[in-house]
Amino acid sequence: MKKLALSDEILLKIDKPARYIGNEINSVQKDPKETDVRFCMCFPDVYEIGMSHLGIQILYDMFNKMDGVYCERVYSPWPDLDQIMRRERIPLFALESQDPVKWFDFLGITLQYEMCYTNILQILELAQIPLLAAERTGEDPIVIGGGPCTYNPEPVAPFFDIFYIGEGETIYGTLIDTYREAREEGLSREAFLEKAARLPGLYVPAFYDVTYQEDGTIASFKPNRPGIPAVIKKELQMDLNHTYYPEKPVVPFVKATQDRVVLEIQRGCIRGCRFCQAGMIYRPLRERDVELLKDYAYKMLKNTGYEEISLSSLSSSDYRALEKLVRFLIEQFGSQGVNISLPSLRIDAFSLEVMSKVQDVRKSSLTFAPEAGSQRMRNVINKGLTEEVILNGAWEAFKGGWQKVKLYFMLGLPGETEEDIREIAHLCEKIAKKYYELPKEQRNGKCQITASSSFFVPKPFTPFQWVGMNTKKEFLDKARTVNEEMKKQLNHKSLRYNWHEADLSLLEGVFARGDRRLAPVLLRAYRLGCLFDSWTEFFDHEKWMQAFADCGIDPDFYAGRIRPEDEILPWDFIDAGVTKDFLLREYHRAMEASVTPNCRAKCAGCGARSYKGGVCFENQD
Amino acid sequence: MKIRIKFRKWGVMKFVGHLDIMRYFQKAMRRASIDISYTAGYSPHQIMSFASPLGLGLTSDGEYLDIEVNSTMSSRQAVDALNAVMADGVEVVSYVLLPDSAKNAMSLVAAADYLVSFDKAASLPPLEETAARFLSAEAIPYVKKTKKNELELDLKPMIHKLRVQDGGLFMRLAAGSAANIKPVQVLEAMSPLCPQLRALLEEKPHLIQVHRLELYADKRDAGSLDPFFVPLEKLGEEIV
Repeated sequence: MKKLALSDEILLKIDKPARYIGNEINSVQKDPKETDVRFCMCFPDVYEIGMSHLGIQILYDMFNKMDGVYCERVYSPWPDLDQIMRRERIPLFALESQDPVKWFDFLGITLQYEMCYTNILQILELAQIPLLAAERTGEDPIVIGGGPCTYNPEPVAPFFDIFYIGEGETIYGTLIDTYREAREEGLSREAFLEKAARLPGLYVPAFYDVTYQEDGTIASFKPNRPGIPAVIKKELQMDLNHTYYPEKPVVPFVKATQDRVVLEIQRGCIRGCRFCQAGMIYRPLRERDVELLKDYAYKMLKNTGYEEISLSSLSSSDYRALEKLVRFLIEQFGSQGVNISLPSLRIDAFSLEVMSKVQDVRKSSLTFAPEAGSQRMRNVINKGLTEEVILNGAWEAFKGGWQKVKLYFMLGLPGETEEDIREIAHLCEKIAKKYYELPKEQRNGKCQITASSSFFVPKPFTPFQWVGMNTKKEFLDKARTVNEEMKKQLNHKSLRYNWHEADLSLLEGVFARGDRRLAPVLLRAYRLGCLFDSWTEFFDHEKWMQAFADCGIDPDFYAGRIRPEDEILPWDFIDAGVTKDFLLREYHRAMEASVTPNCRAKCAGCGARSYKGGVCFENQD
Repeated sequence: MKIRIKFRKWGVMKFVGHLDIMRYFQKAMRRASIDISYTAGYSPHQIMSFASPLGLGLTSDGEYLDIEVNSTMSSRQAVDALNAVMADGVEVVSYVLLPDSAKNAMSLVAAADYLVSFDKAASLPPLEETAARFLSAEAIPYVKKTKKNELELDLKPMIHKLRVQDGGLFMRLAAGSAANIKPVQVLEAMSPLCPQLRALLEEKPHLIQVHRLELYADKRDAGSLDPFFVPLEKLGEEIV
């Protein structure tokens, strides 16, 4: 019988012990003695969140298909277990073998959002691995970071040996081979890292020095030894039809946030929304073959037993074979009780028809993401959704029986005026009016229009990477303005408005565009007890402010300041495909409220063409 | 068609709670291609019900769920198909066809057998004498605490059997909607007779392992005063 790292006594005391036992359907069991490289993959948040992440499932499948490699998983222990592990000095363990993480060759941590950064320190500390890369020895695992936050890894640079910039399918095999060779040759940790740093997409922060100007901006950012590249080019898996995809994803016992099969239909996005980091860093758009997807859908449903399948992409409507795929899924699986969920879909006749087939229209709501209230602002952010399209979509939906509409907006966008944000309320009112244009007998009581706004956080590698973020007061004043305007509307009883927390958004803004000098703040906040910061019940703003004060760092330098166009940005050493010229061009166009057409309508010359594939070459293959 | 499935649960699976086990079996049905029936409507769900939730930390040789199917394989094939997709620590032991008129397992459960064993570290004295004294009482008063209130019960009629077995205790206890007690409640009622048992319950309850052995329906003849317990799986028949 399988031995667990935690005793019965502990497991019966903590919440949801099944988070920590492994043994899930499709989890991989290998004999660690029969493998020579052990890789522990970590999502630094609670199990239910981490298990919902597609990227880890892909890499887990990939590593375990490699000869001699055993990949296992670990997630953040919930605070109840965290305390017990600290008190009893129980080392953090991987789920499959239940062996301590510190025995592994690699610990790979995915960085999906900035507010997980303190959890990285928890993982390292519980694993009994030195927090600072500089203090690790040959006995410690190589700690690698991956995921979207590595497009500015600087705030967490001192805690990682390597960052993998880009998609994981391409270089990991070479890295593992390099590791084996280095081990055979008896190379030191440092000598191995020097070899790794020469591989495409891999960034070893210890091999770069940063100097600063008097005003605190970066003066220089350079390799500190020969042979280390000055620029790291992101890695992309250009051919999504001939690569890894988990036909047998791990199925958790505990209900995960994403309790369904996830079918990734494409990567990248043609839309070019100027606030959206994903839309920039995953360029160019690459589609998966529809026949392959049909086959995956069949196998994944069969191998997991899930009753729902969800299509994953940044903008599903842009997948050219969408209709073909969705009709297949409905015909093939609809009758077997499989629910089909279609997020990020444009509202049009086709999507309404599909949705009316797969869900109960009376209960479900329709979602729009106009992101900004006025057309002028939508032009600024290059969100090509017009009022006409929204109102027509809503009208068709109301005729089809829907009465709930959700709308997502952002506040604090560059160049935003008070009139722009009042337009949020006006747009909601127009939608409500549409509903009441329906003959009474066709209505189903009142309609319910819910608008939510988040606070805009400028991200690296977007045309808005130079802009300043609003202050907390500005944010909350804006939210109040929208709220008051909502109440003035004729149909205000059908309108609802809610807004996100400002403190968390501001902190995210600091770390999104921060530099190495933030690492001590992070460490200080962690020492003060910050953990699970993305969970409102744990987020402690005061402790964070104390950490900034203790380290003598002004958060506004990172969040609020408008950055000059010639400033060296902390992430400038990364080549993300989109060039700085393009981003600047888009920044300027935004200020003029000029719209840039999508990739299929007209190439904007963003630079992603250098990857020699995807949408850039669509009509040439 | 109504089907009754019996399964075992052991090892690390004892930390997977009842709600998660229900979700686990829903997925297992699909993986094993069991032609299970769904309710009608926009959010169809499988027609499936469990006999009696097993508490977190307990293991079992006698768990039951009832399902409805549109068509079925033979019992042998179904057991094999399900076991091919089980996690380590769950094993399907039988799959039998019920009469159409059969009541579901949940409403039939009348009694359950348990084996309570104690870790060596529990260092309990032999329990024969304690058990004998416990059973010789006219009545066994016990205060059952629920979330809302306290209920005074006499456990005596709910304990059908109790004896020392393999250093632990074998119990046959009333189960189901009419009367239901748990092995730990019996131990609590017993503990005034044995200070070591009381200390164990208070300080180191994790050294007590409760294992469910079987669930029974009461098939006594009308008018009979004595129960006639039949394992739930015996109410169905093998599909060949």
